[in-house]
Amino acid sequence: MEHTSLLERILRGMALTLVVIFFMFPIVWILMMSFQTNETILRIPPQLVFKPTLANYTALITGKLTTAAGTLDIAFMRNLWNSVFLSVTSVAVALLLGVPAAYAFARHKFRGSEDIAFTLLSFRFAPALLVLLPLTLYFQKLGLANTYIGLIWVYQLICLPLILWIVRGYFEDIPADIEYAYRIAGHSWFATFRKIALPLAGPGIAAAGLLAFIFAWNNFVFALVLASADKQPVTVGALAFITSSGIQYGQISAAIVLSITPTLALALYAQRYLVEGLSLGAVKG
Amino acid sequence: MTAATMQRNKPSGFRISKKVLPYVLSLPALLVCIGILIPFFTSVVYSFQRYRLSQPWARQFNWGDNYISFFTDPRFWNTLEISLLYAGITVLLELLLGLGIAMLLQKRSTLNNFISIMLLMPLMTAPALAALMWKLMTNPGFGVLSYLASLIGLQDFRWASSPSTALFTVVLVDIWVYTPFIMILLLAGLRSLPTQPFEAAALDGVPRSFVFFRITLPMLTPYILTATLFRLLDSIQQFDIIYAMTQGGPGDTLTVFQVEAYLNFFQSTNVGRSAALMIILWAITYFLSNIFIKNWLRLRERARGLA
Repeated sequence: MEHTSLLERILRGMALTLVVIFFMFPIVWILMMSFQTNETILRIPPQLVFKPTLANYTALITGKLTTAAGTLDIAFMRNLWNSVFLSVTSVAVALLLGVPAAYAFARHKFRGSEDIAFTLLSFRFAPALLVLLPLTLYFQKLGLANTYIGLIWVYQLICLPLILWIVRGYFEDIPADIEYAYRIAGHSWFATFRKIALPLAGPGIAAAGLLAFIFAWNNFVFALVLASADKQPVTVGALAFITSSGIQYGQISAAIVLSITPTLALALYAQRYLVEGLSLGAVKG
Repeated sequence: MTAATMQRNKPSGFRISKKVLPYVLSLPALLVCIGILIPFFTSVVYSFQRYRLSQPWARQFNWGDNYISFFTDPRFWNTLEISLLYAGITVLLELLLGLGIAMLLQKRSTLNNFISIMLLMPLMTAPALAALMWKLMTNPGFGVLSYLASLIGLQDFRWASSPSTALFTVVLVDIWVYTPFIMILLLAGLRSLPTQPFEAAALDGVPRSFVFFRITLPMLTPYILTATLFRLLDSIQQFDIIYAMTQGGPGDTLTVFQVEAYLNFFQSTNVGRSAALMIILWAITYFLSNIFIKNWLRLRERARGLA
């Protein structure tokens, strides 16, 4: 591998440059658009040099967009708050439910444990609308339609399997002997779980939580089907924004930038765990 | 909790609680999921009914009629065809691209690691938002991609709004979002391969193409299979990108399974047909996911052994 010719190195470099351009260009371009006025955006050919403006962001944050035609209300901050609230709460609930279950599946091979674990995993692969469409009818009857509780419940479909399978893997990697030793010293089961198992699996739990957060944040279809405007997260909100605001492309770009920043930041922060988490632990990254 | 306090009070109860404990621990998670399982069975029932939200009085069992009518329904065949086509094209292209990029980045260096981290960004972008980004870039009025297309002579390239290029456009967005997924999986696979066979091949002066086809590919196959099946399962269910980009249009060009079911449910309020579509999609994914899980377990054991 070390004896690469100059030509090959040039070709490799070119290929990598093309790859980076293809995958980075949309993000960079939308970021640039978000600092432009509508006037500069509509100019042809597209401008690479422009006078940046923060007007789009101020319009989004204050919720008021002043145009020549009048003032327009933007509810985007509400969507952003919904995204934060829904994702954080869903992950918290999923951790509370999923970590003990993961521990049970890892430590105790009880009857039917594999079947149950697989059933939970299979949620990850079932078509979302198969469950969602009848659920809309049920939720209307139960009064859960367009409530945070209903949404958080359904979000467990994404968060729970992820947390269960990743955290279970981490628990399995802890030698059971450490826990036995602590038990023999006279500590209760719960103390062992809290003082030994949880801290040792800590990194795994954190990684699974971060990933679950990203997936919850990025989810689109659940809220599209089950929530109306005031409960919608950014993914659905941005789509509605495009149809309602028509030609406010600068604000739309700024909204997209604000919407993707949290997951991108988390991904960069937790990138070391991503490979393992994304493949449900099939590949140790 | 209850099991724990029980143990502390009566050490003699230890054996019983040890049996009960795992159930106590996993029960809450199970209950939450069972609540979600009920709609699944409801879907099965709906799929055997004539059920329109607009005509609730005419709701009755028609047994297999929803399914039988699919055979003569060109709209259904279009859905099946476009779903399989979409899944096939995206996964094949993403696999080739992902493998290529993974091999470019295989050598551990600061630059390569930096690039592979950067490439995670599209994957972490919500697919629906990614579709919006591309929608802005392909806008016929000011979109930068429309402008670039016009520079190379495609004056009237209409991206997602023309039936002839809509599939191409959504496939492009899918590739943008999900190629990094295959890339990072295969990169992890490539970097975990034992080095001896490659060193031996280099010593013997074996041609590179031989090394690739006879050593790299066979050793990488479990990873490729896992990545492919994983993506295939997701891709055949694609909804976010297509719905955010075109809502299944123009016309019925992109009415893949989930989009078609969504439109059936909310626009034509035909619950029966929508449910039957979802059951067919479920059957396909169930079949795929069984193969996937078997494969994935094998790979997981292997990763565990190496770790």
